Amino acid sequence: MFRIGFLPLVDAVLPIVAHEYGLARAEGIELALVRDPSWATVRDRLIYGQTDAAHLLAPLAIATALGLDRPAVPLAAPFMLGLNGNAITVSPAVAAAIGDATDDAAAIGRSFAGVAQQARDAGKRLRLAVVHRYSSHNYMLRYWLAASGCDPDRDVEIVVVPPPFVAEALQSGEIDGSCVGEPWNSVAVARGAGVIITATTQIWRRGVEKVLAMRTATLGERADDVAALLRALHAAGKLVIDPTRRGEIAALLARPEYLDQPAELIGRALGNRLVLAQGGAARDLDDFLVLHREAANFPWRSQAMWLYTQMVRWGHAGADLRDLARAASVFRPDVYRAALGQTDAVIPSASAKVEGAIGAPLGAGSVSGRLILGSDRFFDGQRFDPDDVEAYLSAVTRGR
Amino acid sequence: MIEEGLREAGLDDIVVLIERRGLVARIAALAPDVVLLNLENPGRDVLEESFALSRALARPIAMFVDQSDEESIAAAVEAGISAYVVDGLRKERIKPVLELAVRRFSAFARLQAELAEARTALADHKTIDRAKALLMKRRGIDEPAAYALLRRQAMDSGRRIADVADALVTAADLLGGDL
Repeated sequence: MFRIGFLPLVDAVLPIVAHEYGLARAEGIELALVRDPSWATVRDRLIYGQTDAAHLLAPLAIATALGLDRPAVPLAAPFMLGLNGNAITVSPAVAAAIGDATDDAAAIGRSFAGVAQQARDAGKRLRLAVVHRYSSHNYMLRYWLAASGCDPDRDVEIVVVPPPFVAEALQSGEIDGSCVGEPWNSVAVARGAGVIITATTQIWRRGVEKVLAMRTATLGERADDVAALLRALHAAGKLVIDPTRRGEIAALLARPEYLDQPAELIGRALGNRLVLAQGGAARDLDDFLVLHREAANFPWRSQAMWLYTQMVRWGHAGADLRDLARAASVFRPDVYRAALGQTDAVIPSASAKVEGAIGAPLGAGSVSGRLILGSDRFFDGQRFDPDDVEAYLSAVTRGR
Repeated sequence: MIEEGLREAGLDDIVVLIERRGLVARIAALAPDVVLLNLENPGRDVLEESFALSRALARPIAMFVDQSDEESIAAAVEAGISAYVVDGLRKERIKPVLELAVRRFSAFARLQAELAEARTALADHKTIDRAKALLMKRRGIDEPAAYALLRRQAMDSGRRIADVADALVTAADLLGGDL
C-alpha cells in the first residue's frame, strides 16, 4: 500500500489516474489517496509517516529538506507531476485599470506595475495572494513583478490564501489578485470575481511546479514500490494527454472525493484552454499545463537550483553553497532513470541544463527515446546556468 | 471537548477561534503561548506564513517541532492536531498540554466514529427487517428462514447481509413493492 497525500488541484491528476485506471495495480502496488485542505497538513502527514508520498509544491519539498522554519527532514523528489498550470487572476477593477489583455507577459507586467504604483501612492497597496510561502506561485509572481519594475515587498503586499478561498477573497475585496492553480482561477472567473491576466507559462515557459515527494528513507526501504509507482505515474501521463479521454478524466477529477468542482472547468485546464473573463469564450493557451510530453516529469536538478536562488533572492534562505547542493539533491534524476529505464519513457542523459536557453524546439541528448525540448524561455529573456549560480545570485540580489 | 479538558487541567485562559478571516490578526492580538489547530483547518498555510514573518519580532511563535519531541508531534498528527507554541516556552509546561489535547481529540474522534457506526447499524437493521418481510410474504416462509436466505446469498456473493437486503428492498421499490 502506498498512501499519497494531495491537495484538490488539477495537477493532482497523475496519481489519481494511476489509481483509478488500475495502472498502479498493474505495476503491483495499491494506492490510497489522502486529500487535505492545506499544504502544511500534506507536508506533516508525509514527514510523520501518515502518508508514503505526496503531491507537493517543489519549493516546499526543498524548504522542508533544508529545514527552513523547522528541523530538516530529508525529502526526495524523483518525479515531477506537471510543469506550470497556474495563472494570475486579478479583481475586475484591477483588470479594467490594466486595460486590454495581451499574450505578452512583459506588457501586462508593465501595466500592472503602473496600477500597483498608483495604488501605493494613494496609500493602499494592492494585496496579492499566493498559496504558500514556499510555492512556485510565490516565486513566479515575484519574478514577474520584479522584472516588470514592481518591488514585490514594497510596492504590493503578498499574503497567503488557500486555493479554495481565492474566489471568495477576490469577491470580498480581501485581496486584489492572486497566483493560484486550476481550477481556482476559473472558479473565480465563473463567479465574476476575477479576470485572468496571464498564466505562469507566459512567465517561464517550463516552470517547475508540483513534485512527487517522499521521505528519502522510503527510497531505500521500498525501492521496488517506488519504481513501480513511477512507472504507473508515467503510464498515467500517457493517458492524460490523450484528448479522447479528456472528458472522462475531467469527470473523474470532478468527483467529491477529489476536486469536487465542475468537470467543465477541469477539462478546460487539462486541454490548455481557459476562459479569461466571465462570459468570454474559451481560448487556447499553449503549454498552460505540461503533464507528460518532453520528459516533463524528469526532475532536472537545475530547476531545484533555480528555486533555491529565488529563496535566497527573497530572503527565505541564506546564500550557502552547501544548501544549494542540498536543494539540488532533493531532485532525484537517478531514481527516475532507474525506474523508467526499461520503459518507453524518454530519458535525458544530463541531469541539469541551462534554464531559459531554448527559444524554439530543440533536440537534446537522451539515454533512450528521442528528446525534443520546447521553448523554456523566461519572459524577460534571462537564463539560469546551473554552473554559474553565484553570478546569477549576485545579479538577482543586487540592490536588495 | 478539548476546551473542557484543558479547563479541567487548570488552564483557564483559553480562546476558541472559529472564523477564517482575521485569524492571524486575532492570534497576534491575543499573543497566546500555544495555538492548537485541527489538521483539517485550511488556514494552516496562512498561519505558518505569519509565523515565518514574525520570527524577527520580539515574541516569535515557533512551530512545536523540537526534535526531542518528535514522538509527541507524531502522536498529535495522528490524532489530527497541529500545535504551535511560543519559542522558548518551557517544554515541561507544554508537553502535558499537548498530550491532554491529543487524548481529548482522539476521544472525540472515536466518539464520532462510534456514533456514525451506531447510525449505520440502525439503518441496516431496518433494511434487513424490510427485506425479511418481503421474503416471508413472497415465498411464504418464516422469519428465521428468510434471514437464512439473506445470509446465504450474502456469503455466496461476498457481500454484507445489509447490502443484499438493500438490493432486495430497492428492487422491490422499483417493481412496485410486490416482488
